[in-house]
Amino acid sequence: MLLSIKNLHASINGKEILKGINLEVNEGEVHAIMGPNGTGKSTLASVIAGREVFDVTEGEIKYKGKNLFKLSVEERSREGIFLGFQYPVEIPGVSITNFMRTAVNEQRKYRGLDPLPAGEFLKMMEEKKKLVEIQSNLTNRSVNEGFSGGEKKKNEIFQMAILQPTLAILDETDSGLDIDALRIVANGVNTLRTKENAFVVITHYQRLLDYIVPDYVHVLFEGKIVKSGFKELAIELEEKGYDWIKKEFE
Amino acid sequence: MSWRKKDMTGSRKNLNDMQSITKDRISKEGMMYLFEKNFGRICQNDTKPISEIRGKALSSFRELGFPNKRMEEWKNTDLTESLGKIYDYNFDPVSGVAGKNIFQCNIPHLDTAVIGQLNGWYISKDVPLIELGNGIIMGSLAEAMVRYPAIVEKHLAKYAAFGNNGLTALNTAFAQDGVFIYVPDNVQSPKPVQMINVIQYTTDIFLQSRNLIILGKNSRLSLVHCDDSYNHEGSFSNIVTEVFLDENSFLDHYKLQNLNNNSTLISTTVMQLEKAAHLDSHFLSMNGGLIRNNTRIDFQGNDGVANVYGLYLMDRKQHIDNQVFVDHAKPGCTSNEIFKGILDENSSGVFNGHVLVRKDAQKTNAYQSNRNILLTDTAKANSKPFLEIYADDVKCSHGSTTGQLDSEALFYLRQRGIGEDSARMLLLYAFAAEVVSKINIPQLRNSIEDMIKKRLQGELQICEQCVLHCTTPEHPIEFNIDVSKI
Ligand SMILES: Nc1ncnc2c1ncn2[C@@H]1O[C@H](COP(=O)(O)OP(=O)(O)OP(=O)(O)O)[C@@H](O)[C@H]1O
Ligand SMILES: [Mg+2]
Repeated sequence: MLLSIKNLHASINGKEILKGINLEVNEGEVHAIMGPNGTGKSTLASVIAGREVFDVTEGEIKYKGKNLFKLSVEERSREGIFLGFQYPVEIPGVSITNFMRTAVNEQRKYRGLDPLPAGEFLKMMEEKKKLVEIQSNLTNRSVNEGFSGGEKKKNEIFQMAILQPTLAILDETDSGLDIDALRIVANGVNTLRTKENAFVVITHYQRLLDYIVPDYVHVLFEGKIVKSGFKELAIELEEKGYDWIKKEFE
Repeated sequence: MSWRKKDMTGSRKNLNDMQSITKDRISKEGMMYLFEKNFGRICQNDTKPISEIRGKALSSFRELGFPNKRMEEWKNTDLTESLGKIYDYNFDPVSGVAGKNIFQCNIPHLDTAVIGQLNGWYISKDVPLIELGNGIIMGSLAEAMVRYPAIVEKHLAKYAAFGNNGLTALNTAFAQDGVFIYVPDNVQSPKPVQMINVIQYTTDIFLQSRNLIILGKNSRLSLVHCDDSYNHEGSFSNIVTEVFLDENSFLDHYKLQNLNNNSTLISTTVMQLEKAAHLDSHFLSMNGGLIRNNTRIDFQGNDGVANVYGLYLMDRKQHIDNQVFVDHAKPGCTSNEIFKGILDENSSGVFNGHVLVRKDAQKTNAYQSNRNILLTDTAKANSKPFLEIYADDVKCSHGSTTGQLDSEALFYLRQRGIGEDSARMLLLYAFAAEVVSKINIPQLRNSIEDMIKKRLQGELQICEQCVLHCTTPEHPIEFNIDVSKI
């Protein structure tokens, strides 16, 4: 098993957000997490990635069989965890090229590899740019600075394509995308999909799941996964909304 | 208190008879006494008008004295400790231990005309004043007073007002030497001029040098002005630089400050811009105990442009204070100030930007920005950009921010596998990049980038303990001082 979350409780400033999450993700699987606004989806993603502002008060996360909480943010990344941010942050003065070169080489160092020669790195950049149909002038710019909403999301997939994670958590990567961009993002994910890696896709729209077909769909509500099913669950949610789940839950 | 002549024994062997060293705490009375006693030496190269200026400056200093914290413009910078030390004051050039590698932080691969100052004195093998074929003159100010009195008299003490500034008055009264650069009309300096001002002395030293830079009409000059110290002795430098930019001239000016932690540097730079003159000025403060940069830009003609950039990286108990005053006296001028600081440990930074737009200065463009990153809870920034506007058709804005490193950005970088230290470095480096990118000389930009990286990693110290491992310059500057020739 790649990821196993048991009875996870997390809070921020004393306010409990996650109230006992259980989730298991195996290699080769795609999981979709849906749920109303403000129920803790991004919080769950942040806790997995190691964001320090959240306090884990109970429960455990095992990744590749090991206690995830023992790893720093960067170690989790180097062990293959990737978070596609819901709101990618702008970093003026750091070019995407410089950012990715640093990231790739630090990841390689962790694996005992020498830095990637400049030529090879640039070749890889070109390949991945094609994959997500990202313009060259974008990668010379500062990270996310002045990017449109869609460009920011494509940039997340671009970074994922470069880093080739084992577990990718994509937090609303489809929000704010036009149909073409959605197809490009989905195509990026599908190209990277193998038997060894897994994806957790957080989304509000069943539409994305037409392109990235999930093995499981979960509904997160008030800090708990209250319902799990297969891709048909997403269709049902799209039709009926969350009210019936809320009722069922209450 | 008495100013006594120091007995000249011990380590200082190369001193000739002319040498005088006075050693005591600095005080107003002491300085007055010192002036009287060394009057002959101080004024030895003076023409009558220059003598008169000294006299006036001395009376101003007598009135004003040294600055103190009760003065509005000094309330954030305390000189008490600096003034309380005991210093040597030299009225004749002193030789240092003129080692071959005294100055290694040269800029690799940059072909410059180098002029050096040691402990405030112009140094040269045998030519105190270099006259280039194209008419450019550069070298010792003391020598220029003798050889080109008309030029010196026309400009010296004409821009740096001393009537309300005790330290400038003191410098004007006392200064004996410094750098003189004259670029005639229509001449473009083919290579950058590098002014290196090194302090290397066996005990604490007080020095006051005076620089005069004159750019003729349609002329062009790149000037890299470095203040460095070689060892760890304390110093108090009170340096005044006057710059005159005649019509349509262009000056690319760099002030690179890298002094030890026991140093106090008061650097006053006054630049007057005539019609359509263009100034790019860069204040890059890498290290120093206490640095105060008084910078004044006077637009005396229409359509001038002044870009003033500042970057300061401070730690320990270091203190930096940038006072920038821009006088928009004429219409159509543009001033643009960007100052950025990274303050670590117990360091403190002050920025006081004052832009005055006078009534007739219509179509003025003025922008001021100061941003600080505090790396600890004990680091302090005091930022006060200030616009004083009397014209109505102007575009002026200012901004100031002080905060910590962006924790969300830090998380974003770390989430991609970049270690916390590297991520911090990347962000700090990116913060500095806005100022660094404005450096027009590529080799200098590379060298500064390198210095900043090392500085931020805590590697950069001043030369003696330098772990910078800067590539030894191909042609190390040799300080070969022949006192008799100065
Ligand atoms: N830094 C924070 N400080 C205080 N409260 C926070 C913080 N971050 C999240 N929360 C709160 O935690 C709750 C869950 O937020 P989270 O972002 O996980 O929701 P979400 O399910 O991702 O919602 P959405 O669908 O709108 O993205 C919300 O009530 C939110 O206000
Ligand atoms: Mg969210």
